[in-house]
Amino acid sequence: MSGAARTTGAERSALARALQRGSELDPRYLIAFLITLVLVAAQFRYHMVGGYDRLVLSLAVCTASEALLSWFDRGKVVNLLSAYISGVSLTLLIKPQGGALWPFALGGFLAISSKYALRYRDNHLWNPTNFAISALLLAAPDRVSVLSHQFGNDLTTNLVIWVFGLIIVARVGVLHITLTYVASFLVLNSVRAGALGQPVLPEIAPITGPMYQLFVFFMITDPRTIVSGRRRQIVVAILIALMETLIRFASDNGWPLPTGFSAAPAFFALATVGPMAKWLDLRRLRPASASGAIPRTPGGSE
Amino acid sequence: MLHRPAPAVRQTIIAVPFLAAILLAMRLDRGPMRRVADAAHPGFVLRDETAAAGIDFVHHRPTFDPKIASIEPHVAALGASVSVADFDGDGWPDLYFTNSRFGEPNALYRNRGNGTFEEIAASVGLADLNRPADGASMGAVWGDFDNDGDEDLLVYRYGYLALFKNLDGHSFEEVTFKAGLRRWMNSNGAIWLDYDRDGLLDLYVTAYFRDVDLWHLATTKIMHNSFEFATNGGKNLLFRNLGGTRPGGTRFEDVTDRMGVGSTRWTLAAASADFNGDGWPDVYLANDYGPEELYLNDNGRRFVLTTAGLESESKSGMSVTLGDAFNRGRLDAFVTNISERGYLFQNNNLRLNQMPEASRFRNVAEGEIADAGWAWGAQFGDFNNDGANELFVANGFISADREKSYWYSMSKIAGANARFFEDAATWPPFGNASLSGYERSRVYFNRGVAGWADVARKVGVTDEYDGRAVALADLSNRGAVDVIVANQNQPAMLYRAYPDTTNHWIAFTLVGTRSNRSAIGAEVVLEAGNLTQRRIVDGGSGFASQNDRRLHFGLGAREWVDRIVIHWPSGTRQVLPRPPIDRFVTILEPER
Repeated sequence: MSGAARTTGAERSALARALQRGSELDPRYLIAFLITLVLVAAQFRYHMVGGYDRLVLSLAVCTASEALLSWFDRGKVVNLLSAYISGVSLTLLIKPQGGALWPFALGGFLAISSKYALRYRDNHLWNPTNFAISALLLAAPDRVSVLSHQFGNDLTTNLVIWVFGLIIVARVGVLHITLTYVASFLVLNSVRAGALGQPVLPEIAPITGPMYQLFVFFMITDPRTIVSGRRRQIVVAILIALMETLIRFASDNGWPLPTGFSAAPAFFALATVGPMAKWLDLRRLRPASASGAIPRTPGGSE
Repeated sequence: MLHRPAPAVRQTIIAVPFLAAILLAMRLDRGPMRRVADAAHPGFVLRDETAAAGIDFVHHRPTFDPKIASIEPHVAALGASVSVADFDGDGWPDLYFTNSRFGEPNALYRNRGNGTFEEIAASVGLADLNRPADGASMGAVWGDFDNDGDEDLLVYRYGYLALFKNLDGHSFEEVTFKAGLRRWMNSNGAIWLDYDRDGLLDLYVTAYFRDVDLWHLATTKIMHNSFEFATNGGKNLLFRNLGGTRPGGTRFEDVTDRMGVGSTRWTLAAASADFNGDGWPDVYLANDYGPEELYLNDNGRRFVLTTAGLESESKSGMSVTLGDAFNRGRLDAFVTNISERGYLFQNNNLRLNQMPEASRFRNVAEGEIADAGWAWGAQFGDFNNDGANELFVANGFISADREKSYWYSMSKIAGANARFFEDAATWPPFGNASLSGYERSRVYFNRGVAGWADVARKVGVTDEYDGRAVALADLSNRGAVDVIVANQNQPAMLYRAYPDTTNHWIAFTLVGTRSNRSAIGAEVVLEAGNLTQRRIVDGGSGFASQNDRRLHFGLGAREWVDRIVIHWPSGTRQVLPRPPIDRFVTILEPER
């Protein structure tokens, strides 16, 4: 065997080992990598954070809350990666009135504490960031808004995040959820536009925005709050898209919903459908849990 | 060993701070826990005396090519402006309002000096300026470009610029062609400044839409290419005044590219002052769909775009006004932006000028001053004569059906890829919806480090018109700063100020000799005991507006002024000790 062949074989072996290690990597690291990529790109290209004090505060409150509450609840401090993901997500998503910092502190605490306060059969039901944003939009609509336009409406940045995002959700095993939701969004909102006699383009435009990127890559696919089973996950994704379409339909017709529903219909669709689906899923799995064998969803982002 | 409570108990314990956090958010939604300022006694009132003054101007919005009819309310939402000047030299400030619909006249209200005005635009040739061949007026600025002692007028339009020479204080002659200014621009702002300090007023005109004909569109792809970093607007132009000794009179030369100030960032307003103290006037731009821009003047040779801390916040700059916010002897910048509760908080900027020592501005807007709604024109003025500037901010974009809001529709495309909104035809149809309509003006009472408090209702400002331009002027020469507001598609308003009579004041009329005769760009620093305050003679300020040329300072209880220092545009520094107070003081620039 020649030296070159031996080298090639060794390289292949190293690559295989790296891939093997990659496949064993906690998916949260991949998700953390993606949210960090979004954060860095958004800040350095578009100055999107709006002040590093927000980032520091949000991360500090999320990680401190996670450490304290996990120690209190479980007797040990858990991995803080999910708190990191929540902290970055909240920094990107919360847009406060007048540069106020308190929404980042309260939002961070609400996100993390929701995982410990709102539980069913030892599982939290809401994606923490989704819960915090929804709660703030309902509790403080005059002081908090959500990311509405960022990333410069720029195609290149959009594409980079979509490509990385799709690769990572595929690696985490939840690509089907993202794709199902996007397809459902396009179909249902096209139908809605047709039913209302409105142009289709504005109705499908939101899916190209950064708020939806964060939604489809970090919230709706959160491995800890999705239901078990690929088929059921697909059904829930469709139901979330359907709920969002109904919220939008209500907004189209001026029904008296809180402003947050119109401003962030996807978030409220997930906040309503997601926990119900998870609750039903946990109830369904009870017989199995009796033997301590609740099927775990892959990994866990938050 | 520490006994751990049961899981249900632990969950209940955690639920307590969890619920408390939600309740705290609800409480904070109602406002700060502690009021930052006691605004119980602002020390002035503003009374609506529009009708009594005989001002009956109503703005009419333009109509455009039917191809963009579905969003015409949005595209046609600008054009109400007001500019102040004593055009006839009788010592009383007059008012010029622009209209924007073809066939609707602009208005010149001559101040009779008895509290009333007469409308005379048609008789002096300044009324019929909204014509299909020329475009629709968007605003105007006064300035004595030929230094003959009469205030001339530039009208900017969605269409051709129009320059009018004031012949004798009683009539005007259009000299646009002769001056070389017959340029089509979709402009919402212009300022006079003497950027090269040659004693002649130059002209900086901002552009919004690129130079398409909005009445005959070849394409509907005319909108911005980003809600945050758009660069496909019209090109701002700088015209250098070549002087009046040439045949045919004064001519202007387009020096935009040579001077490096041709921003294409959808500029809505510009202001000029010597921000860094190097003696040369700089240019500050408020850009819609993008960050603000500061062009520093390099000795009159060129302008250098500098970051100055402005690039980090991309917003929707609607106007920029300059004033000494905290009596530091500096001109700070207040830039208005858009806020709509539940949807968007872009927040206004109060940028403290730290250019001389740190080469940057620092945004200190927080609390009430940061959110005035969809804010437009704003001006600093000492309404109570206490020696500190208040702020008047006009608000509201489109008031139509109160029950329908376009914000939800806007939210669909605002975050989307640019392809979804660069074409006007792909926007959701506007219909009869409102967009941040029926918002009231704000009057921010200045409590220094204690913050700014909105006292609009308390002082009598309650209208809900779609305010655009705000101009300040002492219309009755009585030591009070009155407020004139031009409202979009609605009647103009005159609020007369009634400050506490115990406070003193002083006002200056500057007359340039080596500098331009209008003294535009002259900065006055007043020192009275512990009070130091700077003001500038503006050649356009706020949004589509221009203030009284005379500089008004409130003095509070101070019964004398130690001295004033005047920084003339020519570079001359003049010191005037102990000027008399409670009156207007005319100051002629020294020849040497």
